[in-house]
Amino acid sequence: MFASTLNGERYVFDDLKTLLARATPVRSGDELAGIAAASQSERVAARQALADLPLTVFLSEAVVPYEVDEVTRLIQDGHDAAAFAPIRHLTVGGLRDWLLSDEVGAEALAALGPGLTPEMVAAVCKLMRNQDLIAVAARRRVVTAFRSTVGQSGRLAVRLQPNHPTDDPAGVAASILDGLMYGCGDAMIGVNPAGDSLARTISLLRLIDDARERYDIPTQSCVLTHVTTSIAAVERGAPLDLVFQSIAGTEGANRGFGVDLALLAEGRAAALSLARGGGQVCYFETGQGSALSAGAHHGVDQQTLEARAYGVARAFDPFLVNTVVGFIGPEYLYDGKQILRAGLEDHFCGKLLGVPMGVDVCYTNHAEADQDDMDSLLTLLAVAGVNFIMGVPGADDVMLNYQSTSFHDALYVRRALGLRAAPEFEAWLAGMGMIDARGQVVAPPRGAALLDYTA
Amino acid sequence: MTVQSPSERSTDPLARLRALTEARVGLGRAGAALPTAPMLAFQRDHALARDAVHAPFDAAGVAAALSPRTTVAVRSQARDRAEYLRRPDLGRRLDPGDVARLTGGDWDLAIVLADGLSAPAVHAHAAPTALALIARLPGWRIAPPVLATLARVALGDEIGARLGARLVLVLIGERPGLSAPDSLGAYLTWSPRIGRLDSERNCVSNIRPPHGLGYEAAADTLAWLLRAARGRRLTGVSLKDDSDSHGGSAALD
Repeated sequence: MFASTLNGERYVFDDLKTLLARATPVRSGDELAGIAAASQSERVAARQALADLPLTVFLSEAVVPYEVDEVTRLIQDGHDAAAFAPIRHLTVGGLRDWLLSDEVGAEALAALGPGLTPEMVAAVCKLMRNQDLIAVAARRRVVTAFRSTVGQSGRLAVRLQPNHPTDDPAGVAASILDGLMYGCGDAMIGVNPAGDSLARTISLLRLIDDARERYDIPTQSCVLTHVTTSIAAVERGAPLDLVFQSIAGTEGANRGFGVDLALLAEGRAAALSLARGGGQVCYFETGQGSALSAGAHHGVDQQTLEARAYGVARAFDPFLVNTVVGFIGPEYLYDGKQILRAGLEDHFCGKLLGVPMGVDVCYTNHAEADQDDMDSLLTLLAVAGVNFIMGVPGADDVMLNYQSTSFHDALYVRRALGLRAAPEFEAWLAGMGMIDARGQVVAPPRGAALLDYTA
Repeated sequence: MTVQSPSERSTDPLARLRALTEARVGLGRAGAALPTAPMLAFQRDHALARDAVHAPFDAAGVAAALSPRTTVAVRSQARDRAEYLRRPDLGRRLDPGDVARLTGGDWDLAIVLADGLSAPAVHAHAAPTALALIARLPGWRIAPPVLATLARVALGDEIGARLGARLVLVLIGERPGLSAPDSLGAYLTWSPRIGRLDSERNCVSNIRPPHGLGYEAAADTLAWLLRAARGRRLTGVSLKDDSDSHGGSAALD
């Protein structure tokens, strides 16, 4: 039991998950689950109690029971006591001060990662203002590599997302070409297929791989289909670079996605068997609210469960992880303010845990959000050093029916903050005459070498 | 500035791209930004989608389009549009005051016309789809159509169970995208009762002539699914596997 007193009133929190839920900034998903603070006063009282909580409590009290959940077992069994030692004596509030202190730099943050559990990171996240989330994340670079290198300081990569309502090859190719001419595609070229069949997956993988080989583009391909379909595609000899899967922070929610940890390991092994890149072959997507949506949240708030999803991700040494922050809808993140906060939280938590975080800065038409909200979140994430964002033609995904960031948005934010494409991709752009001496993407149609490309 | 004039655009190699996909490719640039025309086109489409989400349901108008058939109007437990969006659980349960309007009978099929996330889609497409379907089901005992306000797909489970129907079909407004603010979805559930899973339903989506599926084509597919469901006494994944090209997969909630 945990308690604190605010203005003479005593607030009691029955257990750790309740304390974490009550301390969380307002969001509709926690209200839907019936676990949110009933008042602002209760929320701040919970934060006071949380600030005084020793970090060691997280090693003895699980928010989801160890016996019933393999994600909890993964987290607790994998905890690195030696890495935890420098902060072992701290409270959650003390950890916030430590993270923000001038003495703690990139190396200390990187060394700390294995000593942090997702729940510790979620807890300190709840005590941090948006600027704190940005300031700390900006010091924690997580660099990964396949054909391109993503995550370095001063770089911002883009996943080119050339979706089409019927997976028409010419339509997908048109969006790929459009994106390349804006300098996008260095994180990967990744399609969400409209149809989930094996044949469709293989033909889309071949389409992307043909374009990549024809123009010698230093990037990687991905078709976002279920991991079992990717494994089957590998068995058929398809040119698969990255194996995709949606993941979540509880065993039950992962089961809702049709996966468990063993199957994720199997998918990773299948992609590794092709030896097309290095050891980083996984691409995961996550998003707050997925466990509640699957009825597998165990009364834990959605931000804490999202951090646990990164605990799953880091066990598989992924190339990229993407929180699709505003996709799930207003019953989980109601408006632009909640989406913005969640995007910064997810990026911060992922980075602190050592995960190569990107963010799909996005919203649906039934959320209280618009392009201005996305401009704000995009800019803040770029300041925070996000590894990659999405690039969707005109910000309008005509297959998934939601709005993400556009090729123009990528161009804007790279210019505004002086950020550059992944180094190998940047060299390719220069070789193709698509960027000028200052590294700025030139206006089409001067990227003419590509213009003959069709599927 | 790199904004192109209309005359330049006609010789623009990007015009080839624009012809290949409905995605917003080849938009041109004003520096790094979108030129004004495509920026406003996006805002227009977003405005249409937003207005569709928040439009009130004209149940009386849909009832009139179904006349002279008798209809029954019910509401979910959501009090208003804002609560409906935040609390999908309330949109899946009947207002207790409306439960008595649904009395048990011996029905092969109950049809629910529900606002969902786009009332304009239901205003435009639900009655013609229902009438085209009913015409294809001679000999079926079909309950008086139910008009449901602030409803999610799963409200059909409670309605169907109350009516004692063996099958329930929910015609409901889909979440508007930028390209389609008025797309109608049709969800079919065998042996409806509270707690049915989405995997136990079949769906035909994007009913929206002339751009999407037409009423006659949608009714053909739905009649095929209904007969198959009645014959096999089930709906859901295994039925969809057999029908293949008939089933859609648009998730609503």
